[in-house]
This record gives sequence, structure tokens and C-alpha cells, in this order.
Amino acid sequence: MHEITLCLNAVEIMQQVGRKNNARRIIAVWMEIGALSCVEPEAVQFCFALVCRETLAEGAILHLEKPVATHWCDACQQMITLISPGVSLCPHCAGRQVRVIADSGMKIKRIEIE
Amino acid sequence: MCSICGCASSEQRIEGTSSGDHHFHPHSSENCDRLPFASRRLVDIEMDVLAKNNHIASHNREHFAAAGILALNLVSSPGSGKTTLLTRTLTQLASGVECAVIEGDQQTTRDADRIRATGVAAIQVNTGKGCHLDAQMVHDALHQLSPAKNSLLFIENVGNLVCPASFDLGERHKIAVLSVTEGEDKPLKYPDMFAASGLMILNKIDLLPYVSFDVDACIAHARQVNPRIEVIALSATTGAGMEQWLAWLEQQRCA
Repeated sequence: MHEITLCLNAVEIMQQVGRKNNARRIIAVWMEIGALSCVEPEAVQFCFALVCRETLAEGAILHLEKPVATHWCDACQQMITLISPGVSLCPHCAGRQVRVIADSGMKIKRIEIE
Repeated sequence: MCSICGCASSEQRIEGTSSGDHHFHPHSSENCDRLPFASRRLVDIEMDVLAKNNHIASHNREHFAAAGILALNLVSSPGSGKTTLLTRTLTQLASGVECAVIEGDQQTTRDADRIRATGVAAIQVNTGKGCHLDAQMVHDALHQLSPAKNSLLFIENVGNLVCPASFDLGERHKIAVLSVTEGEDKPLKYPDMFAASGLMILNKIDLLPYVSFDVDACIAHARQVNPRIEVIALSATTGAGMEQWLAWLEQQRCA
């Protein structure tokens, strides 16, 4: 949800950084969508192009990454890999004390400027 | 074919634009570089897109800490009983505890009016089309409300089990209010909200004889998405379970 708000905020940050680095235009941006976030990549792609119009970032290529969430088992006290994404059971102890380690936001990693 | 660079890459249409040449697609640097000698470089940013909200939320949090204010963010679906719970709480709280309330709704001041009727200061934030309170709104409301040092600040968020989970207001805890008329599987259906909450209040327990709500299953579901979540079952209308909630508040105030 709020993909347009996120894109507006993202382009504002990109322009601030771009201007500080004397960019004439922003060619590309790399963003990461956290596994725990409610963000829809398709909606971001759609909104991003709209929001970039008439800014330093017009025409910028958007690279979206969605890193896989990692998990921690409180009982085993170690990082684990779930057998199946929907099932929050530790593959070692079959316990339910599994915590998701993931970002719940959207991050701008870097931009390419010229 | 793209009229800008002559490429035939597949169109990414933007809804509402006319057909034909008005398609939009980003031009890759290899195909469409008209400035071959322009220097390009990568600039690292590594910033959360909601950095601005998080920054203001941190500022709010620092303000609360400095003033000894316990700020609590009440989140839930519309109609779970947040305002009734608040009015009951405010009348039952020990007289020594100063309170203030920030109310969030799309429209009307009805909730803030109900709070003020108990004698407690309240300020209403109307978000208009907005579906959640954000840190800036809370910051501005705080400046008008000016809660006293060592007081209790309740922030009643807009009724919405989705969006408020993503917007830090600077609170000490989010408290998810779920009523027994809503279905015991809500924690599974809206995991982000329950994962972000330190306490779940199960409200309207006076209606349990009339609904098929499995309290134990609901608590199990909540603990599945958040093993550390505390649970208090109560009825804001009859007062059952209120002592446990007031004790929790007192414990948090002294923490």
C-alpha cells in the first residue's frame, strides 16, 4: 500500500542526492523491497514512472530487488531456512518459535547519475 | 517502434495515456546514449524511503523520553471499541495520572468530543482521505496538546488493520485491539499489525456467549505471528478484565 507515497518520497530523496552531486540527470536507481513490507513491486513500477516525470529522475531505470527473508529459531538459537515459505516451523526442532528477520520497508540503495 | 530512439522494446503503458507513440519506456544506456562522453557514476544512498517519517518519529520518541511521557498507539479495525476502551480507562485511572489523547479519524471530531467529556484533554486529527496517522501529524498535534511531564498519552489511530503497521509515530508500544465479533483468525490475516504490537487487547468478551469465537485459538494465532505478544481479554462496557489492563499500564509507566 502507499506505493505512490513511497515513490514520491523516493524521488525526493533521489533528487536531493542528485543535486548534491551535481547530477544533470539520474539514469538508474536500485531499490530494495523488504520481505515484511506491504509493498507491491508492480505498483511501484507503475507509480515510479509517473512520479519521475519532469524531475531529475525522468526516464530513470528502476531496478527492484526483493531479498528473501531469513529466519531465526528462538529454541535452537540459530539461523534456519524454512522448508516451505508459508509454514513457520523450524526444520530442526519442529518448534513454532520462529522469528522472521526482514525489512518491513523500502530502501533506496544507490543511483547512477551523469 | 519508439519514436525517441527507434527501438522496438515492449511497451509499458501508463493507464490513461492515448495509444500509439505515447508509450513510455526507460532507455537503456547502451542503446540510447546521446552523450557518449558524459561521466557517469554510482552514488550510494542506503536510505529507507520512509526515512522522513522515521526521522520525525525518532524525534517524537526522544521528546517522550525526555518528558517521561508514556505514548501508546492504539490500532485496530473500525468498530473494535478503541474509543469506548479509552473513555472507560480514563475514568478508571488513578486521579494522580495525567492523561492526554490524540484522536485520528478521516472525518468528524466525535471521538475527541467523547474523550473530552471525561475531562481529559484531547485533540482530533482529521486525515481527510488518509488512512493512517503519521509522525508529522502526531508531532504537530503534540505542539498543540502539550502533554504534561510524566503523563500518559494515548494515540487512537485511524481504524485500519493494514497501514498503521508501517508508520512509526514514536510510540513506546502499539496496542492491537481486536473484538470477539471479528473472528479469531485476524492475527493470521493481518500479521504485520500483530507482529508490530506489544499487546493485544481482546475486547467485548461480554459477547462471547453469542458468538463462535475461540479465545484460545485467537491467542495461539497471535503468538504464532508474534511469540512475545502479551494478551489481555476484557470488556470495555461491563468492566470485566479492566484491572489487568490498568495494572499493565501502571507497570509500563514505572518501567
